[in-house]
Amino acid sequence: MPQLTTTRTLPWYAAPWFIESWHKVRRYPLIPIALLLFLLVIPAMFAPVVSPHDPHIGSLSSRLTPPFWQDGGTMEHILGTDKLGRDMLSRIIYGARISLTVSLIAIFVGGIIGTVLGLVAGYFGRRTDAVIMRLVDISLALPTILLALVLVAAVGPSFGTVITVLIVLLWARYARLVRGETLAIKELDFIARARVAGASPARIMFKYIFPNVVNSLIVLATLQVGYVILLESSLSFLGAGLPRAEPAWGVMVSDGRELIVTAWWVSMFPGIAIMLTVLSLNLLGDWLRDHLDPKLRNL
Amino acid sequence: MQRFIAVRVLQSVMALVVMSMIVFGLARISGNPIDVMLPIEAEKEDYARLEQHWGLDKPLHVQYYIFIKKALQGDFGESLKYQGKSAMSLVVERLPATLELAGFALLISAILALPIGVLAAVAKGSSMDTAAKIIALLGQSLPAFWLGIVLMWIFAVMLDWLPSSGRGGLKHLILPAITLGWFQVAVIMRLVRSSMLEVLDSEFVKLARVKGIPEWKVVWKHCLRNASIAPLTVFAIIAGSLLTGSVVTETVFTWPGVGLLVVDAVRSRDFQVVQAVVILFAGIFILCNLLVDILYAYLDPRIRYQ
Repeated sequence: MPQLTTTRTLPWYAAPWFIESWHKVRRYPLIPIALLLFLLVIPAMFAPVVSPHDPHIGSLSSRLTPPFWQDGGTMEHILGTDKLGRDMLSRIIYGARISLTVSLIAIFVGGIIGTVLGLVAGYFGRRTDAVIMRLVDISLALPTILLALVLVAAVGPSFGTVITVLIVLLWARYARLVRGETLAIKELDFIARARVAGASPARIMFKYIFPNVVNSLIVLATLQVGYVILLESSLSFLGAGLPRAEPAWGVMVSDGRELIVTAWWVSMFPGIAIMLTVLSLNLLGDWLRDHLDPKLRNL
Repeated sequence: MQRFIAVRVLQSVMALVVMSMIVFGLARISGNPIDVMLPIEAEKEDYARLEQHWGLDKPLHVQYYIFIKKALQGDFGESLKYQGKSAMSLVVERLPATLELAGFALLISAILALPIGVLAAVAKGSSMDTAAKIIALLGQSLPAFWLGIVLMWIFAVMLDWLPSSGRGGLKHLILPAITLGWFQVAVIMRLVRSSMLEVLDSEFVKLARVKGIPEWKVVWKHCLRNASIAPLTVFAIIAGSLLTGSVVTETVFTWPGVGLLVVDAVRSRDFQVVQAVVILFAGIFILCNLLVDILYAYLDPRIRYQ
């Protein structure tokens, strides 16, 4: 008679249940997602509700208040205030909103431009391909920060110029990725059949090829959000990014640079915000890559 | 091979031309530099005289032609901010400081990254490997400008061991070099690790082990020598990011190099200097890319026939 036990007996050296469930949990990117939600998305979406003070207005009487655990700190300004008496916590919360908006718009637009050009280059080949790929090569060979410095200095710092700079820098990678995949996909049978059935090139590109590159696009976009936030904050730090009045993280770190001897918190907290955001985005991107599209390993 | 080199050289020249056009075009949109130079109460004749002096009254394509002709001779015109000094001489003056910083940063990152990468590959999956992964992740996630300020705060303000800014002896070099090299550590380490893993798996390494060569010699001599080709080829990327990264690092530490010069020049609309720096850096960057591509094609014949 066959044994019908439902419990399996574990050898004595097997990992206890809590270790095993930890391994299960680790298969999902819980920590980066939780950090992202906690630090970036929720504060960004509900900034006016969540932030305790107005990020633009401060009172000079409470300028450079230290965080609450230090002497002179109050619970009113948990993370202290900057040199104009503006609440640090509120500015960091609004900073999340700015970073997220700027980078998402830039990646979305840059991604669309790159994808369309990549599809066109890969599908039509020959001259079209050569021209577009030369543009990609040139765009990737340009020194990023210098180009951005010149661009922003030419038109002045504003949201529009920063987003334009980022789009100019971002599209080429999407074009290269999509073109490579299109080259492989267009040789497949179902594309030949679509062509025989009389589908137009546009229909083939967007209806039949595009759905097959979406996974790679999502991975690349996620991996790039962190990079874009770093780039935007570096530019803002150099004074070539967002306008100085905006509570952008890079601007805040730059404000705190000269106060490092007297008020460490002004530059430390926004920097920690950048680091944790980029770190969790990178972790999430790595995880997505491993699960959606392992062939992008060397991206 | 000759055909490959010819094509790549042509591409590099194209990239440089595009870069020069972008820089030239943008510098001209950025506003009339005369506005910055002259006081508000200046007369119309003053404007005309200065425009003529700087050649700003000629049509754009003529200005571009003159610009290219002079640029090829290393002449980018006089600086608007530091009157009487040529833009190129300002850059040349500042170049040693930047090269010193970049060289030291490269040295630090190589010293750190090579052993960590090798050990991570040899002990794949161990805690050493995990530590290397964490370092790589942090390298990608830490903003360089903030890392610089943190180092400054800890070692210059709190501990008072090292100076916080400026250029001087070795002591002045340590903090900026770590800031600049930090990102390269992650890049080099990851590459060394992955190419070491590949080499460790190959036949000749097995043979070396079978022959009874001590393991340390197999790893550090036989493997590392073969694994160092791949990291060599990203030298272009590294050199490029060291040069552009110096802009950020030099601003943090007020290091008197080319990076600080260009940030100052951008702020004061001194576009002769901006042109000189950006074209020079872009030239170095593109040249490094070219050399590496040729080197790579030489080492790996498959590339030539792609």
